[in-house]
Amino acid sequence: MSNARHIVTPMRRVRGLGAARSGTGHFWSMRVTSVAAIPLTIALVVIVFALMGRSHAAVVQILGSPIIAVVMLLFILNSAYHMWIGMQEIILDYVHEDNLKFVSLMANTFFTFAVALACAFAILKLAFGV
Amino acid sequence: MAELEARAGGVQRPRPLSPHLSIYRPTLTMMMSIVHRITGAALYAGTLLLAWWLIAAASGPNAYAGVEWFMGSIIGRLILFGYTWALIHHMLGGIRHLVWDTTHGLEPAEREMLTLTTLVGSVALTLILWAIGYLMIGGPR
Repeated sequence: MSNARHIVTPMRRVRGLGAARSGTGHFWSMRVTSVAAIPLTIALVVIVFALMGRSHAAVVQILGSPIIAVVMLLFILNSAYHMWIGMQEIILDYVHEDNLKFVSLMANTFFTFAVALACAFAILKLAFGV
Repeated sequence: MAELEARAGGVQRPRPLSPHLSIYRPTLTMMMSIVHRITGAALYAGTLLLAWWLIAAASGPNAYAGVEWFMGSIIGRLILFGYTWALIHHMLGGIRHLVWDTTHGLEPAEREMLTLTTLVGSVALTLILWAIGYLMIGGPR
């Protein structure tokens, strides 16, 4: 048994309430995605401003062009992972009742995956012109 | 508060509590920490707008016209303005947290200055972006 385990009291261990032992993983993922989000957010703002007021045909052509499509996909996937972890953190901080907590955590996953897939599918459809 | 009390020698003795948020005088860094979380949650919901916009563009001219109509309405513009500010404020706040992660800028004067900079900077950048949007393109349609 490692030294760290001794911090957890026997009662805590029985109830399964000790450290999850994966906290730093989320901490580091949050740092990685936030660093990536800086250039991607600036790129998104530039792209949205460049498309503002343009015709549908022009928007389709620009959003579907390879470089723009890849940048948009990177923004979406990076943001989805970032907000997935972020919302999980908020839920774990404020929702203490077990049933509501698990439902919220599940809903967070469903929402994030659905939004990310919807955005990614739309971009790919524009890019491949199907 | 039964769970906060422990039996010690048959006598109920209150366990020590750490100070709560409500005990401290509100500070700028504390408020901006809360705002960072609120803007994060707002952006979470705001991804629906991005998804709607992209799906509409991929669906066809009619669906896209619907999005353009909404974004051009007063309510749409207000939501977009709020979205812009939340995005920029969350980004600048994130940069501030990354700076703090390197253990720099944590002295009292430094952290106040950094925090004030993100607040003023986010408002200024939002206004500049919208000014550019209206001057060059005529705003969202």
